[in-house]
Amino acid sequence: MSDEAVRGLIIAHSSLAAGLASAVRQIAGVGDEAIQTVSNEGRGPEGLLAAVREAAGDSPVVIFTDLPSGSCAFTARKIAMERPATGIVCGVNLPLLLDFVFHRDLPLQELVDRLIEKGKGGISGTCTEDGARADRALSR
Amino acid sequence: MPIVLFRVDERLIHGQVVVGWGERLHMDRIIVVDDELSSSAWEQELYCLGVPAAVDAVFTTVAEARRDMQHWRQDPRRLIVLVRDLDTLARLSADRLLESEEVNLGGIHFAQGRERVLPYLFLSQAEQDVLQRIASLGAVLSARDLPASRPISLPDLLDGG
Repeated sequence: MSDEAVRGLIIAHSSLAAGLASAVRQIAGVGDEAIQTVSNEGRGPEGLLAAVREAAGDSPVVIFTDLPSGSCAFTARKIAMERPATGIVCGVNLPLLLDFVFHRDLPLQELVDRLIEKGKGGISGTCTEDGARADRALSR
Repeated sequence: MPIVLFRVDERLIHGQVVVGWGERLHMDRIIVVDDELSSSAWEQELYCLGVPAAVDAVFTTVAEARRDMQHWRQDPRRLIVLVRDLDTLARLSADRLLESEEVNLGGIHFAQGRERVLPYLFLSQAEQDVLQRIASLGAVLSARDLPASRPISLPDLLDGG
């Protein structure tokens, strides 16, 4: 992955961002160069904005947020208004983060479009009537 | 219908308000009282991204809020009123306009000069004095981040809980 690759920044409630980044590191073996995190815990709007601004730096970045609204998403949108080359993906999940770390060389817009699709595709499930064969449940 | 939640929270419309309180209280409308935001269309747009489709949100100035407060209390809809700082709350409370109104202190975070009172509440001495003054004008103040939390009255809060 080149030095020019897009970086990821997860903004989330409580310790979710750190937990997701830890899982990505464990599975994909990438470090802080690919994904950084900011928690909103204990931070007011100005504090969160300052922390995200610092973490985002000047290079192209995709900001991942847990919810599509609220303080994290609000901050992401404010940051996107003040700096170029900023993508936002809300509703972050592990499958899309794993896809992200292996496709950071893509152009930013193409990458964001891809991640949104991967994120949606990462959610699947089914429901059994009696639960007895839940272990055989396949995703639809 | 009384105002179902009157809250001070720097973050205004966010997860705790929309999900934690709003779902529980079956809110119909969010009213944000803030002079600066009431004239900032783009910021209003950002905040409204967090509002459920069945709920509407309006932004109003302190002067308009003071004019409309009695009307809000008689509104059949379930209203949540939000302010983001104590200065706005103090201006609303003038002339005992918030007499007997229960005011929730839900989120004032760390900043220079503030000390930790609760994990979600940091206050300077000057801000504590402002709260005392607002209480003396009849508002019933307590700290509570979420419905499941124990409310802490202002005297207990400033006395160390």
